[in-house]
Amino acid sequence: MDLYEYQGKQYFRRFGIPTSPGGVADTVDEAVTQAEQAGYPVVVKAQVKVGGRGKAGGIKLAADAEEVRQHAGAILGMDIKGHTVHRLWVEHASDIAKEYYASFTLDRPAKLHLGMLSATGGVEIEEVAATNPGAIARLSIDPVTGLDRAAARRWVDEADLDEAARDQAADLLVQLYTCYTEGDCDLAEINPLILTTEGRVHALDAKVTLDDNARFRHPEWEEYAATETEDPRERMAHERGLNYIGLEGSVGIIANGAGLAMSTLDVVNQVGGRAANFLDIGGGANADVMAAALEVINADPSVKAIFVNIFGGITRVDEVAKGVIEALQRVDLRSPIVLRLDGTNAEEGRSLLAPHLSDRLLAEPTMLEAARRVVTLAGA
Amino acid sequence: MSIFVDETTKVVVQGISPTSQGLYHGLRNRAYGTQVVAGTNPKRGGAEIEGIPVFATVAEAVAATGATASFISVPPPHAAAAILEAAAAGISFVVCITEGIPAQDEAVTYNRLVQEFGGTRLLGPNCPGIISPGKCNIGITSGDIALPGGPVGIVSRSGTLTYQALHELSQQGVGQTTCVGIGGDPVPGTNFIDCLAAFQADPDTKAVMMIGEIGGSEEERAAQYIADHMTKPVVAYVAGVTAPPGRKMGHAGAIISGSSGTAQAKMAALSEAGVEVAQNQTEAGVRMVELVKELG
Repeated sequence: MDLYEYQGKQYFRRFGIPTSPGGVADTVDEAVTQAEQAGYPVVVKAQVKVGGRGKAGGIKLAADAEEVRQHAGAILGMDIKGHTVHRLWVEHASDIAKEYYASFTLDRPAKLHLGMLSATGGVEIEEVAATNPGAIARLSIDPVTGLDRAAARRWVDEADLDEAARDQAADLLVQLYTCYTEGDCDLAEINPLILTTEGRVHALDAKVTLDDNARFRHPEWEEYAATETEDPRERMAHERGLNYIGLEGSVGIIANGAGLAMSTLDVVNQVGGRAANFLDIGGGANADVMAAALEVINADPSVKAIFVNIFGGITRVDEVAKGVIEALQRVDLRSPIVLRLDGTNAEEGRSLLAPHLSDRLLAEPTMLEAARRVVTLAGA
Repeated sequence: MSIFVDETTKVVVQGISPTSQGLYHGLRNRAYGTQVVAGTNPKRGGAEIEGIPVFATVAEAVAATGATASFISVPPPHAAAAILEAAAAGISFVVCITEGIPAQDEAVTYNRLVQEFGGTRLLGPNCPGIISPGKCNIGITSGDIALPGGPVGIVSRSGTLTYQALHELSQQGVGQTTCVGIGGDPVPGTNFIDCLAAFQADPDTKAVMMIGEIGGSEEERAAQYIADHMTKPVVAYVAGVTAPPGRKMGHAGAIISGSSGTAQAKMAALSEAGVEVAQNQTEAGVRMVELVKELG
């Protein structure tokens, strides 16, 4: 789960990481109130989960209430790379002396944690990595022993941060590492991490991705769930406990297993169609899950045909077929369905389905044939 | 022959109770012919469930039964501790199918295994398990769709696609030596290279099917290994050509970050290594059947 900047900063503060005073605003009036509290000058920042906000005009400096009104009014409702701005973060503007970069993430090939620190911050780190890789000090961290203050201090020296920033930066990096590990982040990134003209080091931005698998031990994450996705289809699916990702095509996809679901998207694409979603209903594939999945797909107006692709391993195909038949009685579908059922007891499953087949419910023996059929239906 | 598990493997099911997933799958595995010799449950030591003797700890189970492998399907909050308990008890092969273990726990557990328990191999987490057809099945793979006798070894990051691979090969009369599901999490205990090396060394495995997916760089590393060390033919499929960047496609590890982890890059790397790369799983199966015929 990706957090908005304001959520990331709130999360940082739990771990003692210094940020600028500021607050959230959903209206122009609220923005002024937050600005008064934070103290002028302030920065008005669009809250969207996408990079390049500054270039798009989503980050503005305001010296007084009048300017806050003007910028907040312009930014609220703005479209940034397909994301509509509904919320602002208004914080006291810092006097920036230097901009750095700091992050922690998992180094998957090494199976260790990876810290990245650079005295060149405020720009895309990918760009720095490509043009000036020597400017990034990488630190591999053994997850068993972690990062201590002494190692952090050496790392800061290696990255060649300004002398005035080094001790504070080392403290902050230990805090950020704790946020990353104990806070169960997939990514904890500060860009820019700044040194102010008064000689203070703090986080001017926050990019945090939380590990969804760790929800069970973070009841405080509940508050992030409401803002997790802007896609109403995804919201509906998540409420039903489904593993769903909204896409832009016209073929609704239901498959069991993440690999098979991905593969189904690929095959639909291979024969000239485009998937409207990724949806993995897991191993169970009973009537309740199938009905919930069909409801979500049915609510998507861009879906013109539905591809149900089930491979029965432990879940027998005849059980799946019964589930599909029952689910179809519960959901009034707008679009035709093409089924591909294979695996354990495939023959029994197909016999059960045979009496129910029509021009609204079709069966194909292979994934490729089913994909061709469903893409034709979606195009018609 | 087979890799990692065979008819001599003795399995202890960790966290067994009359209603546990472990018992359900453990009984299925036993029905397949796997030697399921013990279960563990701290509250039920000394009991017996469905003929499986239950011990309070893995160490006691090992002492009493000589168990060599363990099967873990306990919920995510308890899985890391269960893996380490098995390793500390001297279990050499741990299969953990648990889905949803936090990545931080996986990272710590993996490194503790490496540092403290070098004799233990972990398979998973979040994997379907392993089956050496006709000999041993640990996990949730349906034994019905596997065919003993080889000559194909299968290694896969996906569950359902693995079943499909087994099914499609078996239906064409092509058997398998071992099918290993390494799982879709970011820190797998056993990776492609571990399995490819074992298949390369196994005299009965004549060809290998590899099923990858988006995210990470394990497929690229596997490609390099194949180019450098493998003489046996490999057929591969990589799922997720059309997956959008930045979204986890079901598995915690299946995510394209920036420009890395794409299916296209993985397929290109495998092709370059001399691997036959199919456009979908069925095509990979068809190609493997042809290949086995060519091998005689």
